[in-house]
Amino acid sequence: MQNVEATALLQPPVAKRVTPAGALVRRALSLLVVHGILIAGAIFILLPFVWMLITSIKSPAEIFAVDFSLWPKHFSGAENYGRALSKVPLLRFALNGLIVCAGILIVQVLVAVPCAYALAKLRFPGRTALLALVLMGLCIPIQVPALPLYMGLAELGLLNTYFAIMMPFFLSVFAIFLFRQFFKSYPDEIIHAARLDGMSEFEIVWLIVVPSAWPAIAAFAVFSIVAHWNDLYWPLIVISDTNLATPPLGMMFFADAETGSNYGALTAAATVLTAPLVIAFLIARRRFIDGITMTGIK
Amino acid sequence: MASVALQSIGKSFAGVPVLRDINLDIADGEFLTLVGASGCGKSTLIRIIAGLEPQSTGTVLIGGVPVDHLRPHERQVAMVFQSYALYPHMKVFANIALPLVMSRLTLVERLPFLRLMSRRRRSVMAGINDEVRAVAKQLQIEGLLERRPSQLSGGQRQRVALGRAMVRKPAAFLMDEPLSNLDAKLRVHMRSELAELHARIGTTFVYVTHDQVEAMTMSDRVAMMDNGEILQLGRPSELYARPANIRVAQFIGTPAINLLPAKANAEGFVEMLGHSLPVRAVSAPGSALTIGIRPEALTPTPLSTTRAGFHALSGKLRRSENLGAGHILHVDLIAPAHGSVTCAVAGALEPFVIDGAELALQFASAACHVFDANGERVADNDAHTHAMPAATRVGALG
Amino acid sequence: MTTAATLPYVGQPVRRDRQRMIERIAGIGFAMPAFVLLLLTNVVPLLVLLYLSFTDFKLGELNSHFLGLDNFRKALADPVFRRSLYNTFIYVAIVLPGAVGLGLLIAVLLHRRKRTRSFYEVIYFLPVTSTLIAMATVWQFILHPRLGPVNGVLRAMGFNAIPFLSEPSYVLPTLAAIGIWQLVGFNMVLFLAGLSAIPRDLYEAAEIDGCRSGIDRFITITWPLLGPTTMFVIVTTSITAFKVFDTVAVMTRGGPMGSSEVLLYAIYLEGYQYFHMGYAAALTLIFLAFVLLFSILQTFVLERRVHY
Repeated sequence: MQNVEATALLQPPVAKRVTPAGALVRRALSLLVVHGILIAGAIFILLPFVWMLITSIKSPAEIFAVDFSLWPKHFSGAENYGRALSKVPLLRFALNGLIVCAGILIVQVLVAVPCAYALAKLRFPGRTALLALVLMGLCIPIQVPALPLYMGLAELGLLNTYFAIMMPFFLSVFAIFLFRQFFKSYPDEIIHAARLDGMSEFEIVWLIVVPSAWPAIAAFAVFSIVAHWNDLYWPLIVISDTNLATPPLGMMFFADAETGSNYGALTAAATVLTAPLVIAFLIARRRFIDGITMTGIK
Repeated sequence: MASVALQSIGKSFAGVPVLRDINLDIADGEFLTLVGASGCGKSTLIRIIAGLEPQSTGTVLIGGVPVDHLRPHERQVAMVFQSYALYPHMKVFANIALPLVMSRLTLVERLPFLRLMSRRRRSVMAGINDEVRAVAKQLQIEGLLERRPSQLSGGQRQRVALGRAMVRKPAAFLMDEPLSNLDAKLRVHMRSELAELHARIGTTFVYVTHDQVEAMTMSDRVAMMDNGEILQLGRPSELYARPANIRVAQFIGTPAINLLPAKANAEGFVEMLGHSLPVRAVSAPGSALTIGIRPEALTPTPLSTTRAGFHALSGKLRRSENLGAGHILHVDLIAPAHGSVTCAVAGALEPFVIDGAELALQFASAACHVFDANGERVADNDAHTHAMPAATRVGALG
Repeated sequence: MTTAATLPYVGQPVRRDRQRMIERIAGIGFAMPAFVLLLLTNVVPLLVLLYLSFTDFKLGELNSHFLGLDNFRKALADPVFRRSLYNTFIYVAIVLPGAVGLGLLIAVLLHRRKRTRSFYEVIYFLPVTSTLIAMATVWQFILHPRLGPVNGVLRAMGFNAIPFLSEPSYVLPTLAAIGIWQLVGFNMVLFLAGLSAIPRDLYEAAEIDGCRSGIDRFITITWPLLGPTTMFVIVTTSITAFKVFDTVAVMTRGGPMGSSEVLLYAIYLEGYQYFHMGYAAALTLIFLAFVLLFSILQTFVLERRVHY
């Protein structure tokens, strides 16, 4: 059945013979195309960052010059940054960002971890109802309850406070969901052993299960910090006092104040406000990327 | 169908040599097995033949034609992977048909929507349909053609992988541990099926495994590999009866061969445990040697008996394992010898063979494999190397 | 007569009951804070929204009337609202293929690279971590008709400057391009994860079977097996794009002439600038309906078609 001449088999039916040199050229060409596309994309991605940095150290004369040049001739970095830092409380914005993100994250973890553990490992009345509520909450973006929450906070006179910024985010259904998946796969035997050793449920959660869930918590922390540092919608609604502004809001205030005029200072401000997260990312990029990957592959 | 030849194949990964100067000639229609422990380089070698991995040095020839510059699908070989590598999103029919679709239809005729416009496609697909069904019939998987791989059992998946390979009518079949993922019983069954398949279609088979039983039972010839080299190439019976070195002797045969220290004595004979054996030692007097005796070559007898022409090791039975068809005895050697040996006995045990009993394990000198200090075979146990030294007592040693 | 000897489990049921009780109390206790917050931040607001949407409540006014479904009817007839819906859909229609397609392309190209991979990964992921408002301001400058480099290059090549943000027909595509810019890195990471889940020997088997080019490999193996990942990326991208707000609020404020007014921005204006709470509540519920639609798509279509 298979008795075909070997050499006849080895003649490719229609294709041309591939020479070793030809193969090399083909490979080089494909590498060129691939990196060409990647670099073109990278330029598109990096353009604003590079331009931001360069403009922030240019003098106003150069910025408004008709024929622009890439590299500044006069370094006005100090003036631009100085102006930015003094005109608007940039560092204050960054500090607010820090306070808000830290506050939100801490409460999120404190609330979500026990709840996730309870949903994963404990049997109690109302468990299915709670799970349904959590799943429902996953589908509801913050912009939906924003309106009534705003009204409620206004009623209570709590607008323009740190609490107002943080409050709607204290509960993260996403965290509950993520941690629950993690806890579900935690071996029951260890928990049973701990119970037999006399540990209370509270201790079991915080002293035994949580340390092993550290990757998930770290991943979530990345997710939460990035999301809330860069959030504009809610702070815009509840904050009108510049002293409490988070970085995005602060940027918006500054842009309003400087409409169309001092691009040098504007980009300097943008640099200062973007820098913390970007630097954190560059330092801990594996964490960031793993975090996004993990939260994506739920 | 074609022969496969490897000339001076070498391969290094990041400076670490994985294959060293491999030379191998596989005849047209032969079933050749590459066998060895994990990491010996056998999988790398078969991937080099397939073209999935470029070699660092050397040439691969298929049908006498150098194929180094050819891509894998241009080499007319088919490969069956350890994990079968079936396309999970395609039905069995599409899996088997894929090689034919790839080679006979152009890109445009294969694209999801554009292909509806091609008239030629229909006639080509009809031909493909027949061929796929013919192969499926041969492998008895016609009923599975509409299923997805996830709905198949391990043995069925294996047959689909075989079908995908067969439908290409390749010059050679390359198989990378295809039976490793099957359970023991199925493995035994598939072993004979593969051997029968080879007999039926007569194509060259290059088979990789770490299981020496598969190597011994299925192959025309076996190449035993270790650390990137071929230790021995030959028929299975040769590797069993005349292992070229200790590593081969240890790998082939279950239970593993017993190895005992020995030396060449002043008279030029092999001396083990203080007693001379009628085996001529080729090495210089005083050099260290190792004797290998297979468990099945040892016969347990009561301690006091002797037999003409046989020598014996004295030991105490530590434990016996009952295999049903035979027994394996673990015997601790009696001082001044130390260590333990295994003895394989067919059938039932004699009444004197009980745990703790002292036994003489008798063996013929012809059953001794002699290895030098480097582990290489040094003497053939032919009759002419045996002589009856005048002043040596034939009998119990140790 | 029963003795302790014939009742081997005397004492056990009591301990088991107590254990169950502890579990129950712990469970309720652990879940309580989350539950309360859930009520406060999700359930109650939703109910309030529902109620509000049926009224014409305005913040600061004392009287409000029950309107039934009038708010919703008004919304569907309101040209401003309809325009914002239309704008949002156009935006999503541009961002979705752009961000998903580009993310996939970059991931496929990067997947095989060994040495340059993390270099490119870092670059492409930068926009995800950056503060969009700040970068939006920079983009505003970059796209400036007179001062920005883009128009500078265009002018140098002999073309006229393009008023990216002040020409009504250009503004949405421009915002969409910025949206794509921000999302590509995120999608790329997700696709990279999906790609690495495809077993390597499938590609090898395909190569032996005749898959010569990258295109063959892509349509035979990569694309079908990326199914679940692709669905996930499509749904999250479309939901994120649907929620566009930041760039509009900072760069165009809905202009020029409302051509970039998107749904969330319209809601923002109604609720927090004009204080038409009742109407804004109705709009919010419509917004929620669309988001839910996308999410439900995810739960159902994902399960059915793309798993093998």
